[in-house]
Amino acid sequence: MPVTSLPAEGARRARLPFPSWVGEWAGLLPFFVFALAFMILPAGVLLVGSFQDARGGFTLINVSHLLRPAILRSYLLTIEVSFVSAIGGALFGFLLAYSVTLGGASPAVRGILLTFSGVASNFAGVPLAFAFIATLGRVGLITTLVKAIFGISLYDAGFNLYSFWGLSLTYLYFQLPLMVLIITPALDGLRREWREASQNLGASTAQYWRHVALPILMPSLLSSIILLFGNAFGAYATAYALTGGLINLVPIQIGAQIRGDVLHDPNLGYALALGMVVVMTLSILGYSALQRRAARFMR
Amino acid sequence: MSDPSGIHPRRVWSSLWLSVGALYFLLPLAATFLFSLHGRKGGLSFVAYAHVFADPQFSRTFLFSLEMAAATIAAGLVLMVPTALWVHLRLPRVRPLIEIFTLLPFVIPPIVLVFGLIRVYSRPPLILVSSPVLLVAGYVVLSFPYIYRTVDTGLRAVDLRVLTEAAQSLGARWLTTLFRVVLPSIKVALLSAAFLTFSVVVGELTLAVMLAWPAFGPYMALVGRDLAYEPAALAIISFLLTWGSLLLIQSFSRGLKGTTAGGVH
Amino acid sequence: MASVELIEITKRFGHQTAVDSVSLRVEEGEFVSLLGGSGCGKTTTLRMIAGFESPTSGRLLIRGADVLGVPANRRGVGMVFQNYGLFPHMSAAQNIGFGLRVARRPAAEIAERVAEMLALIHLDELRDRFPHQMSGGQQQRVALARALAVRPSVLLLDEPLSALDAAIRVRLRTEIRSIQRKLGITAIYVTHDQEEALSISDRVVVMRAGRIEQAGAPAEIYNRPANGFVASFVGASNVLRVTVVDPACGKVSIDGQEISTAKPILKSVGEELHLTIRPESISLRNGTSSNNHLRGTLESVVFLGSVVRLVIRSGAMELIVDSFNDPQAGLPPLGSEVTVGFAPQACLLLP
Repeated sequence: MPVTSLPAEGARRARLPFPSWVGEWAGLLPFFVFALAFMILPAGVLLVGSFQDARGGFTLINVSHLLRPAILRSYLLTIEVSFVSAIGGALFGFLLAYSVTLGGASPAVRGILLTFSGVASNFAGVPLAFAFIATLGRVGLITTLVKAIFGISLYDAGFNLYSFWGLSLTYLYFQLPLMVLIITPALDGLRREWREASQNLGASTAQYWRHVALPILMPSLLSSIILLFGNAFGAYATAYALTGGLINLVPIQIGAQIRGDVLHDPNLGYALALGMVVVMTLSILGYSALQRRAARFMR
Repeated sequence: MSDPSGIHPRRVWSSLWLSVGALYFLLPLAATFLFSLHGRKGGLSFVAYAHVFADPQFSRTFLFSLEMAAATIAAGLVLMVPTALWVHLRLPRVRPLIEIFTLLPFVIPPIVLVFGLIRVYSRPPLILVSSPVLLVAGYVVLSFPYIYRTVDTGLRAVDLRVLTEAAQSLGARWLTTLFRVVLPSIKVALLSAAFLTFSVVVGELTLAVMLAWPAFGPYMALVGRDLAYEPAALAIISFLLTWGSLLLIQSFSRGLKGTTAGGVH
Repeated sequence: MASVELIEITKRFGHQTAVDSVSLRVEEGEFVSLLGGSGCGKTTTLRMIAGFESPTSGRLLIRGADVLGVPANRRGVGMVFQNYGLFPHMSAAQNIGFGLRVARRPAAEIAERVAEMLALIHLDELRDRFPHQMSGGQQQRVALARALAVRPSVLLLDEPLSALDAAIRVRLRTEIRSIQRKLGITAIYVTHDQEEALSISDRVVVMRAGRIEQAGAPAEIYNRPANGFVASFVGASNVLRVTVVDPACGKVSIDGQEISTAKPILKSVGEELHLTIRPESISLRNGTSSNNHLRGTLESVVFLGSVVRLVIRSGAMELIVDSFNDPQAGLPPLGSEVTVGFAPQACLLLP
């Protein structure tokens, strides 16, 4: 396919026997075919299947099954874990990003933090679970250290890595760096003149943050929290490797459905998948909308 | 105040947060490493690593994942580089549409994706469910947003339109242009994309386990269920691999401002 | 009591001295420009007055009070930034009212003052617009109004027009000056554009490498530059290398031609000096016989609109002559021999 056409002198471009716009899109065909075959079709089949009964007729029964207490609880739990890790990741990620932008850390430290975040945000799944088991598991390093130094047994005190809080803590490991990466450009975008102008007009640091900085940052902050939420909601590998499928999260449920570990009801599985896609779509829409708003300020 | 002389409360807080952050991130790594050295009673040793390397399953699954990664990189690049080129040079107005497509893997997380893939491709007309093609296709879905974004950023950075027009005005045909001008200019982006895909595929669990392939991810999970210290050793090996490749990306994409954030979880 | 007084202010960043023992007195209601190239210390000086930097040594007084240690948010000075610095999430009215809101003034007072300021800058219709919906010039006027709303004792302007188009710059600088005059407020204006400085200031302070080269009224700076730097920085200038011929009568020579400067020279015969003459002081018409005359070849003629710029060359000497464009009077052909004349008083000798 010619990339741009500067016709040689006297020559004319060969006329294809289709309308011109076909040629325009031809090069994108492989991509669209691929996307259709391996993304849209599979997702579509699931979503359609969630509205079908065993014979293929339209029904809302599967969707209604989502309202079963057990299922609702798993959605609630997944939402809670995602929310907690999103808020935690957002808060501490913000503080770290602040430290290397406005907080005056040296450029070397900033470089290290950003590089590390780029690497750590990709890091999840089985090795991460193992790492946390080695740290806070029943015979993990911290667990034994705390017992040795302070004589307290974490697990007797009620802590359990293989629980809601343990999972959230583990999720933080990739949520925090993601937050750092997303929010650092926003913090960099806080122009020095805004701070100086607000000082010049008599505002204290607190007033600056309350009236200027936070309102400007708010769309970025909110969109980051939403992104982190979606990120955690769809996570499977880490949860599975950490808890062996014991924690009743939606991704785990879907996984169980796929393997036929439970009473084989594929249509329920589809409904679960539908629910998840709905949550993820809402997240990405919220994120995009707020990001666009944030971009307006950063011009 | 912008005068950075002297001890500033802001700097103190920054140091505090950074220290706490460093602790949170380094502790699990240190703990895992130490844990992995406890293979033999009564002292530190690398015996857990020895076990891991001696396990034939380790090399088999690791090799398998490597092959899958190579196939994914090849397929991903062959698919996305022309696409990115087409968008950049021929049809810039379709860019927003493509970018929406790159968000789809976020909206359709791996667990949902694999569910759908199994559902569609385990029955006629196309039964791919027992073919590695499906696994590679799934991996391409997971990694194509990164590949596209990295290549796109690379193309923008070199202002490809000008280069190709210059090449054409000097008489080069499009194949020559592609291989002699375009690809070398985006070498760094291509390498970045390759390494990122590699690190995504090698440790991947969800797709591999659901499609029942003997990949590295499921192997690690299995080891984790049965053994005590070997999982820690595996985790360290896996860290070194993925982090090594990601650090390599960071070091040669110094000039590139693509995002490499987020990943398979 | 001066409005602002700098007493031997020095600012060092590590080993670099940005401002070197600068002393300046600005009176109430005066419009003073700090003029210089980049790195001359003018912006740093302004930021020290505003409180964004602290001097390494020296004293700074605002309305007689020493402001050392007084934080930037309590100095009562207003600042207008090069990039406007308008808060992007607030409308024009909200930006202007910000200082009063932060001071917890009653809402009615804020509303009244905001309306007053909007009227001052003639932008009442923009009151609810956001910065990204305004042009650069409009944003800068809103920034000005915002700084003035809190009734500062001094207005500081940091290259406020650099980011704007040429046409708007001329209009806006006149407006700034007229607002300043109307309110009688002291203004300190930083710029690298000498036309800007000359056209609107009561006094111009030319700075280089952290030091004040000359401070004075625009006409004085232009017509009686204290040294070669000021002569060439402010306005165009011919700089000729001349040799002393007669120190007592002030005669020098260049390229075999003699020039009389009508002032005794404190150098001996044969020594070299620099002589500067403004291009507009030289004329193609020779004027009185007491004038100096120089001969040369007319090398080029550049039409600049109201001014025609001629380049005349003789040997190593290159002379730039500016005349008012007079369509009636013809110009000699290129390459012809011409003679130009200028008064001895128009010459300035520099070491």
